[in-house]
Amino acid sequence: MMINSMLSDICLLLGGIFTLTGAIGLLRLPDFYSRLHAASVTESLAAPLLIIGVMLDTGFTLDSAKLILIIVVMVIVNPTITHALCRAAAHGGITPKMQSESTQKNKLQTETEFSSKEPK
Amino acid sequence: MNELLGHVNYWIVIFLMMMGLYMVIASSNLIKKLIGISVFQASVFILYITFGKITEGSPPIITDNADVYSNPLPHVLILTAIVVGVATTSVGLALIVRIQEAYGSMDEDDIHDMNDNDDFNIKSRSKI
Amino acid sequence: MIENLELLIDVCLLFFLLLIVFVAIKTTNLFVATMLFGIFSFVTALLFLDLDAVDVAFTEAAVGAGFTTVLMLSALRLTGAFENVKHRHSILGLFIVVLTGAALIYGVADFPNMGDANAPVHVHVASEYIQLTQEKIDIPNVVTAVLASFRGYDTFGETVVIFSAGVAVLLLLGMGHVEPKHEPEKNLVLWVVVKPFIALILIFGLYVQFHGDFGAGGGFQAGVIFASGFILYSLVFGESYARKVVPSSILPRFAALGVLIYGLTGLVSLLSDKTFLDYSALSSNPVSGQHMGILLVESGVGLAVFSTVLLIFYSFSGVNHNE
Repeated sequence: MMINSMLSDICLLLGGIFTLTGAIGLLRLPDFYSRLHAASVTESLAAPLLIIGVMLDTGFTLDSAKLILIIVVMVIVNPTITHALCRAAAHGGITPKMQSESTQKNKLQTETEFSSKEPK
Repeated sequence: MNELLGHVNYWIVIFLMMMGLYMVIASSNLIKKLIGISVFQASVFILYITFGKITEGSPPIITDNADVYSNPLPHVLILTAIVVGVATTSVGLALIVRIQEAYGSMDEDDIHDMNDNDDFNIKSRSKI
Repeated sequence: MIENLELLIDVCLLFFLLLIVFVAIKTTNLFVATMLFGIFSFVTALLFLDLDAVDVAFTEAAVGAGFTTVLMLSALRLTGAFENVKHRHSILGLFIVVLTGAALIYGVADFPNMGDANAPVHVHVASEYIQLTQEKIDIPNVVTAVLASFRGYDTFGETVVIFSAGVAVLLLLGMGHVEPKHEPEKNLVLWVVVKPFIALILIFGLYVQFHGDFGAGGGFQAGVIFASGFILYSLVFGESYARKVVPSSILPRFAALGVLIYGLTGLVSLLSDKTFLDYSALSSNPVSGQHMGILLVESGVGLAVFSTVLLIFYSFSGVNHNE
């Protein structure tokens, strides 16, 4: 199964590269929201690639079925967590660093939405 | 060189232990002291699990394609220790919450001063 | 270097831990220190995995990185002081710590190398346990066999310790009550995603409980995972609804029931003219007696841990700050 082993190596390498990219973005980007954006690369792209790399290596067994379940759960839950973090930050008053006119209007809308506690 | 590689784990664990101990001694905030105790505890766990590791061993779950298993006995001890550790941490946090209510501050020096001047009030809270 | 890959990962993770603790000492923001402690627990779990301790890694991830972080955040919310904690340097403390560290490093010089198969710790009882597990108990997970059967008495003590911690937190904080008006706001994404996910967490908790004989798992991990399903529900939908689902009055009773199940299993053996916690009294065939005994004992532990963890969370969340 040479092609499987080669594909697995490529997937693992790509997963590692994307994790590194996410980590560099997490440290170097200027503002909370953009850092969150970089960190979500790790959870939505790098982790499934790494798991797919391991799956291609182990073949079609019970272990890889469990790994498929893990990928499904991770892809559903991790973006939700990023959303919850982002919402908590907006609630806590962190504003994006680079603001334009439309951002100012959105900021006003977000503030009224959170202060009246009613969904729009 | 083999000696160095074999012992580097122990040295780093001892360093970690001492940093946890320093956190307990030097912080004046109660929650940081609690974090220091937990760091100390965790480094002891790492030391014990290091004792149990055998090179080229596999986790102690009996399968067909493994002949040397890592020592299961430290795993059992540390499993117990982790759960007992979280039990004591939760009691410690409950104590900190009550101390904050009685003295109004979580700082050790302020609490000692207030204790010397008898400047606190404790409300009863439990209504089991 | 390839055959030493485990050692390389191990040393990298340990340096990571050193860095985390160093920043946690330096920082004056308590929220940052708590989050760093959560990361510390998680990296410790990874380290345990690298050192072949799968059960311990599982427990540390569930208990340390999961429950302890939630508990510390609840305590921070109640005590209110977040930032600008007073930072104190202590020269005497540094001196004591350096002295103790030097003494310990001197003492460690005699230790066997890490991974040495002829170290004294491997020679006496461990290989016997692995042998006896295959003959007398016949379950794959040696750690569960040793925990529940060979050293079952210690595990009974541990269950009682967890129960006492629950009692102590109840005495200190009480269950409290939650007024319905302090509810989190409606958040459609979280509500839609979390509802089926809680069911998944509860099923996974039951799977870990009963699969603990065959793979990593067991009563402790299962109890914490099962409780974290309800904690997630309480965090997303509001504590008053969570208290309707699991009323706070049944939790101390369930915890006591868990300890009682464990004790009664031992008592049955005692009443059948054998020693306490001798599982061969539970069935005619000694091996199936062991299976039955481990099942009962682990479910007692799981019930006790679930109730105590949820009880502690209810106590912390029920404290009314504005009294």
